[in-house]
Amino acid sequence: MKSIGLSNELASVVGEDGVLWRAEDLMLYEYDALSSMRQPDVVVFPRNTEQVVKIAKAALRHNLPLIARGAGTGLSGGSVATEGGILLVFSRMKKILEIDLENQRARVQPGVVNLDLSVAVADDGYYYAPDPSSQKACTIGGNVAENSGGPHTLAYGVTTNHVLALEVVLPSGEVIHTGASHWDRPGYDLTGLFVGSEGTLGVVTEITVRLSRKPEAVKTILAIYNQTEDATRTVAAITARGITPAALEMMDGFCLRAVEEATHAGYPMDCAAVLLIEVEGLKESVEEHADEIEAVCRENHAREVRRAKSAEERDLLWKGRKTAFGALGRITPNYYVQDGVIPRTRLPEMLEFISTLEKKYDLHIGNIFHAGDGNLHPLILYDERNRGQTARVILAAKDIITRCVDMGGSITGEHGVGLEKSDLMPLIFSENDLDLMRRIKNLFNPDGRLNPGKLLPTGKMCGELRGGLLGGGTA
Amino acid sequence: MIPKTENISEQGTAETKSSGYGPGEAPRWADYSRCVHCGLCLNACPTYRELGLEMDSPRGRIYQMIQVEKGRLPLGDSFVQHIDLCLDCRACETACPSGVEYGKLVEAARAQIEAHYHRPPLTTLLRKLFYYEILPNPGRLRVFGTLMRLYQRSGLEALLRVTHLLKVFPGRLDRIAELAPRMEKPFFFNRLGTTVPAEGRRRYRVAFFAGCIANLSFARLNDATVRVLAKNGCEVIIIRDQVCCGALHVHAGIRDVARNLARQNIKAFAAGDFDAVISNAAGCGSVLKEYPLLFAEEGKEFYEPAREFAAKLRDVTEFLAGIDMNLNLGIMKFRATYQDPCHLGHAQRIRSAPRKLLAAVPGLELIELKEAEVCCGSAGVYNVVHNEMSERLLEGKMRRIAETKADLVLTANPGCLLQLRAGVRREGNNQRVMHVIELLDEAYRVAG
Repeated sequence: MKSIGLSNELASVVGEDGVLWRAEDLMLYEYDALSSMRQPDVVVFPRNTEQVVKIAKAALRHNLPLIARGAGTGLSGGSVATEGGILLVFSRMKKILEIDLENQRARVQPGVVNLDLSVAVADDGYYYAPDPSSQKACTIGGNVAENSGGPHTLAYGVTTNHVLALEVVLPSGEVIHTGASHWDRPGYDLTGLFVGSEGTLGVVTEITVRLSRKPEAVKTILAIYNQTEDATRTVAAITARGITPAALEMMDGFCLRAVEEATHAGYPMDCAAVLLIEVEGLKESVEEHADEIEAVCRENHAREVRRAKSAEERDLLWKGRKTAFGALGRITPNYYVQDGVIPRTRLPEMLEFISTLEKKYDLHIGNIFHAGDGNLHPLILYDERNRGQTARVILAAKDIITRCVDMGGSITGEHGVGLEKSDLMPLIFSENDLDLMRRIKNLFNPDGRLNPGKLLPTGKMCGELRGGLLGGGTA
Repeated sequence: MIPKTENISEQGTAETKSSGYGPGEAPRWADYSRCVHCGLCLNACPTYRELGLEMDSPRGRIYQMIQVEKGRLPLGDSFVQHIDLCLDCRACETACPSGVEYGKLVEAARAQIEAHYHRPPLTTLLRKLFYYEILPNPGRLRVFGTLMRLYQRSGLEALLRVTHLLKVFPGRLDRIAELAPRMEKPFFFNRLGTTVPAEGRRRYRVAFFAGCIANLSFARLNDATVRVLAKNGCEVIIIRDQVCCGALHVHAGIRDVARNLARQNIKAFAAGDFDAVISNAAGCGSVLKEYPLLFAEEGKEFYEPAREFAAKLRDVTEFLAGIDMNLNLGIMKFRATYQDPCHLGHAQRIRSAPRKLLAAVPGLELIELKEAEVCCGSAGVYNVVHNEMSERLLEGKMRRIAETKADLVLTANPGCLLQLRAGVRREGNNQRVMHVIELLDEAYRVAG
C-alpha cells in the first residue's frame, strides 16, 4: 500500500499526529458541504510554509495529486480529492500573523476562520468585509480559493477585492510572492489570477488582506410582500433610483418559514417573500437612503416595512439569512443548491420559470437570492432514498442553469466551479477562452496534479451534471 | 450536496451491508438526516478547534454514526475513540441551523457502545463501580463522601501532593487528583426530607433538586440556593426520596440506570403540588428537562409522567429571572466575568437569565468573556477521563479570563466551578470563582 510509506515520509515532516492514512479516517474526508465519496490516499496537517513546501515536494516525487482544504464548507466540492493523492488540510495553520491597523491590513495563515479575523479587530472598529454565510466556520484560505462572496458583495465586492498579497507554494515546491501591501504593484496581477483559481495553480500559505472600517451608521430594513413579483420588482426599482444598498437579499415564504422556526428572528410566517435590505455609511446619508428605500418598497406594494431597532435585532435578522440553507434541513432530508447568476432586472421572469419547473418535475424549490447582484440560490428539496425524485432534481437543476446562461448570466456567483460545475464551463466560455485558461493552468501546474478534476472541463461527461459523483448521502 | 442517481460502492463496500448497530437505542435516521453537512458547527466544537480533525467535529461524528449504520464503519475502536472524545457540550446545537439534536444522537451512539463494545477490563470495572454502584445509591455516596473527607482532612492528600507520590502512577493521576472536590460537612443529605419556609409572604412553593455528589461537595452551594429561594418568597421542599438525576449515565450511554433513576425521581416529585422544581446544576437541569427522551423508545408508559415532570423543571437562574425578584441586595464591589455553562447556554438555551440576575447586583461590574460559549473542559467526568484535552481547553479558557482582568469568575454549574477553580489554582491569578447564586446569597447577607 503506497500510503504507508508515504505517510511515514509525511510524518517526518509534520509529526505522527499530523498524518491520517487509515481507512476509517480517510472516510471523513470524502465530502465537504457537497458529497462526493472520493477519498484521498493520505491527509496531512501542516503548520507552516516550510512544511507545505516539503509536502509539495513529496507529492512531486510520488507523482500524486495535491489538494488543499480549509474547513470543508464549500458547496461545489472544491476540496474533495477526486483522484486520490495528498489532502493538505489547513485547520492547524490558523494563526493571525500580523494586524496592522494603521495601514488597515492583516497577514494571516490560510486556516484562519473568516469571522475570527473580524472578531480579532472588532474592538478597534475594523472588520474583514467578505462575509460568506458560512463565515463562522469557513477559512480565509478557502475564501481565496473560491473567491467567495456574501450578502454584502453588492457594495464591497468579493474576496479578490480585499486581498493585497499572497504567498504561494507551487507544485514544484517553489515559494512565490504576489501582490504587495499596497494596491498598485507593477507587473501582472498575479494575486488576481490566484484568487478564485480553486487550488489549481498553487497552494496559498499566507494571505495579506485589507481590513475595513466599520461604517458610522447601518440601517437594516425588512420589507414584507404578499406577491413575490412585487419583491423582485422592488429590487430593480431600488437600483434604478441610483441607490446601492450594502446588501439586498430576497427569501421566499417557503424558506422563511424554516428560517423563522430555526431563529425566531421575527420573520413573518404567512408572506410570499421578504427583502432584507441594508444601507451603510455616514449617518445623514444612511437615514436619507433608508427613507427612500422604504418609499420604493411601499410603491411596489410591500405589505409592511420594518426597520431593525437595535444591533441585536439586526444580528437576528442576519442570522436568519445566513443560516437559511441549513434551516432547510428541518423540512427536507436533502437539498441541492444552485448558484446561478442573472441580470437582476430579470428576476421576476426567473422566478416564474422556477415555479413552472416545480410543477413540471413535481418538486419543491425554495428561493434565496442575493437579489441585488442577481445571484440565485434556488434550493431543490429531495429525499435521496427516492431515486425517481432524485433524477428529476438533476433535470430541474440543469434547466435552471441553462436558463441563467440564456439570460446572459453565469453558472456560478460565489460557490465556485469545483467538481460540481466544471463540465458546465463551456456554457459560458468559448473554446478559445477555455484554451487560454488551460494554458495558464499548464504553466503553473503542468502535470495537472493540483486539485485535479476541478474548475476546467474534464471532458468526461461534457455538459451533464454528473450523477456519479453525487450524494454521499448523509442527508 | 448533489443528489445521487446511482448506487455507489467503493473500496469493495456495498451500501447494502447490514447496520453495524446492535439491538437497542441507536442514532435514528429521523434525527441524523437533518444534518446537511454544511459544516457551520465545526468552529463551535471545542475538540475540532483544538485538533482540527473532521473525525472530532460534530459533522464528522454524525457522519461516522451514519457510516456505522450503513455498515461501512465498524462499531469499533476508531468510532469509540471519537465518540468518547466528544464533550457532549452541545455548542454544535447552537451553531446548527438545521436543528440537529446532536446531544440526542451522541447519547444514542454511546448507548450502542455501552451495549455492544468491550472496553478494557479495568475501565469496565471502574465504570461499573462508579455508574452502577456508587452514583445511584445515596447510602454508598455518603460512605464514599466520609472516606474522601477523611483522606482530605487526615493530611494524607497533602502528603501525597508534597511528596509528588502520585506521579509514580502511569497516566495523569497527579493532575486528576487536583480536580477532586472538597467534601463539605455537614452533607446536604441531612437536609433531605425537610421544608424551608419562605421569608415573608409565601409567593411560591418549589421543590429543590439536590443532586448526588453535590450533597457531599456542594453542600454550601445547595444551602445558599435554598436561602436565596426563601429570600424570594419560596417555600422550599427538599424531597427525601430524590436520587441522582442520571445525567452522567445519559452522557455515558448507560440508559437503563438513567431510566431507573428517572423513574424514582419522577415518582418522588409527583407527590407534591409545586410551582416549579429547581436545579442549581446546569448539567442536571438539562437532563431532567430531557427525561422524556429516555422514555421515547423504551419504557414508554413513563413518557407522559416524564413530560409533566420536565415541564416543571427550572434552572434556578431561569426561575429567579422570571419572577419579581427581591432586590434588597448589598453592594458587591467586583470586576466580574461570566462563563456560560454548556448545559445551561447550549442545552437549555438560557443565556440572558444569569446575566439579568448579575445586572441586578449593585456594584458588580460585568465584563463579557470572549468565547464564553466555549466549554471550559469540565463536562461531567470528562476532565478525569480525558484529562489532557480537558486541560487544553482549560488553558484557553484561563487566557480569555485573564484578558478580562476580572477578580471574580462566575458560572452556574458545579462541574464548571471545580474546573475553573483548578484553573485559577494553576494560573495563580487568585480570582474568586463562584456560582451566580452564591454571589446573590452573599449580596443578600450583606444587605442584612
